[in-house]
Amino acid sequence: MKLYEYLAKGIFRTEGIPLPEGGVAQTPEEALAIAKDIGYPVAIKSQVLAGGRGKAGGIAFANNEMEVINESARILGSELKGLRVGQVLIEEKLKIDKEYYVSITVDNFIKKPIILASSQGGVDIEDVSEEYIVKKVVDMEVGVYPYLGREIARKMGIKGELMNQFSSLVIKMYDLFRKYEAELVEINPLVRSGDKLIALDARLNVDDDALYRHQDLPRIVEGEEWEIKAKALGLSYVQLDGDIAVMANGAGITMATLDLLAIFGGKPANFLDAGGGAAVEPMAKALSLLNDTKPKVIFINIFGGITRCDDVARAIIEVRKSTDFSAPLVIRLTGTREEEAIQLLQENSLSAYKSMEEAARKAVALSKPSSGCSGGR
Amino acid sequence: MAILINKDTRVVVQGITGKQGSFHTREMVNYGTNIVAGVTPGRGGMEIEGITVYDTVAEAVEQRQADASVIFVPAPLAKEAAFEAIYAGIKTIVIVTEHIPFHDTLQIISYTQKNGVVQIGPNTFGICSAGQAKIGIPPNSIFTPGPVGVVSRSGTLTYEIVSNLSTRGIGQTTCLGLGGDRVVGLSFVDILKMFEKDNETRAVVLVGEIGGRQEEDAAIYIKSMTKPVVGYIAGKSAPPGKRMGHAGAIIERGAGGFNSKVESLKQAGVKVAEIPSQVADYIADLLK
Repeated sequence: MKLYEYLAKGIFRTEGIPLPEGGVAQTPEEALAIAKDIGYPVAIKSQVLAGGRGKAGGIAFANNEMEVINESARILGSELKGLRVGQVLIEEKLKIDKEYYVSITVDNFIKKPIILASSQGGVDIEDVSEEYIVKKVVDMEVGVYPYLGREIARKMGIKGELMNQFSSLVIKMYDLFRKYEAELVEINPLVRSGDKLIALDARLNVDDDALYRHQDLPRIVEGEEWEIKAKALGLSYVQLDGDIAVMANGAGITMATLDLLAIFGGKPANFLDAGGGAAVEPMAKALSLLNDTKPKVIFINIFGGITRCDDVARAIIEVRKSTDFSAPLVIRLTGTREEEAIQLLQENSLSAYKSMEEAARKAVALSKPSSGCSGGR
Repeated sequence: MAILINKDTRVVVQGITGKQGSFHTREMVNYGTNIVAGVTPGRGGMEIEGITVYDTVAEAVEQRQADASVIFVPAPLAKEAAFEAIYAGIKTIVIVTEHIPFHDTLQIISYTQKNGVVQIGPNTFGICSAGQAKIGIPPNSIFTPGPVGVVSRSGTLTYEIVSNLSTRGIGQTTCLGLGGDRVVGLSFVDILKMFEKDNETRAVVLVGEIGGRQEEDAAIYIKSMTKPVVGYIAGKSAPPGKRMGHAGAIIERGAGGFNSKVESLKQAGVKVAEIPSQVADYIADLLK
């Protein structure tokens, strides 16, 4: 789960990380009140979960009341990278002498936390050339001590009193990383303003699987309409832009199913993993959701292992009874209790393929307007 | 021969009294796995599927000389279960549980590495040395003994591919799931090295997916292998920035994309199948 900048900054502040003064506003009037409080000039920053806000017009500066009202009115309610802006962060505009980058994440290969830092801040870290990136692996049993911070600072060319400030900052970031079980703690840019290091931006991405231990954190729901609905049903779902809805069991085979449809010239509408041992009820719910997205075809691809094919057949039959299916179904079932499943389907004038590829070809054909095929399979 | 487990491996099931634990214990016993004990704290003395349940893993090791463990306990308790197994001297642990907080996984890995323990998972289907032993959850019916080693990041897709192989009369030495999480105990390279050494393994199937750079690392090692490798990578049509079911299956910050993996593998001489059924075709050609 990604936190909005203002929420991440709220948490950074409690940890004692130096930040610009500011506050969050939902209306231009609120923005004005905050700006009056902190004094001009101010920065007005859209609060959306997307990078590159500046380039997209989501960050503005204001030198007086009029500009605060106009700019916050423009940004609030606008769309930024497809996301509606509901809040703006009003902050003091700092004099920037130098921009740095610093983050803590996990190196999947070394399987340990890693600190990444650079003297070239303010741009995406992947655009910074390797020679300007300092990487330090953290031994979790030791943690982060000032010496590690000083060593990183030295390599970034940060000297004197700033070195101590940087070191203290990195320790605080690591404490947050552990405390909130973060996937990413990032400050980009970290700026030098006069003799102070200040976090101009803040990112805190928390592991979804650890959220149950962090009841104090707000729950941020992001994603498209169907993704939010699917998440509420406990489904693993990703919205795509095609017209063949897909349900399969297992993340790998679901991905492979989408790929197969695309290779055969079709356009998958979604990723939906019904899970390894899904029972009738959750599968029926998943199918019902797919039907609601009004696809041209629904392609069900099940390799029965722990999942029983007859359960899948029952889910299909149940959903077809209770809802009006607008799209034709293409069903592929093989594995555990395949025969029972096929019999059940046949009793309900449905049929199933055994081969994933044949079924995928059929689904693609049905999605094409020229095919002349109609539903009823 | 096979890698990591065989018919003599003595397995303790942690979380044996749960729904998943008891169901899969029965399946593993049916497959011929030497399940010697179960552990559920507070249920010591019970019997599940004819297997004696102990309160602690140490007791299962003491009484029944268990040397491998499979963990079915719920995610919030999985870290402790893994620590307990390592503490008790278990040398191979298979963590089937999914949704383990990843900071917990980092700690588990740190402890397994320090103690020289082989950690399979989390979020894995487990491992099966065909015809000998299965530790985990894949369906028993798909495996056939034979000369192909299989290593994968996903479950059902692997069953699909293994089933294709078996249907065509191509058997397997060992099939192993690394796990779908972003951080797991073993890498492709670890397993490829074992297959390279294993006398019975004549060819290897590598089933990868988007996310991370494991496949690219594997490609570097494959260049030095004497045995042929056939690959398949899932996620060609996955959009960047989206988690495709597995925590580890995400293209982020410009890394983990499909093309880089396929290209790296091809450059290393791997025949990369475009669709899952081609894997068996390529393997059949190689074994002719």
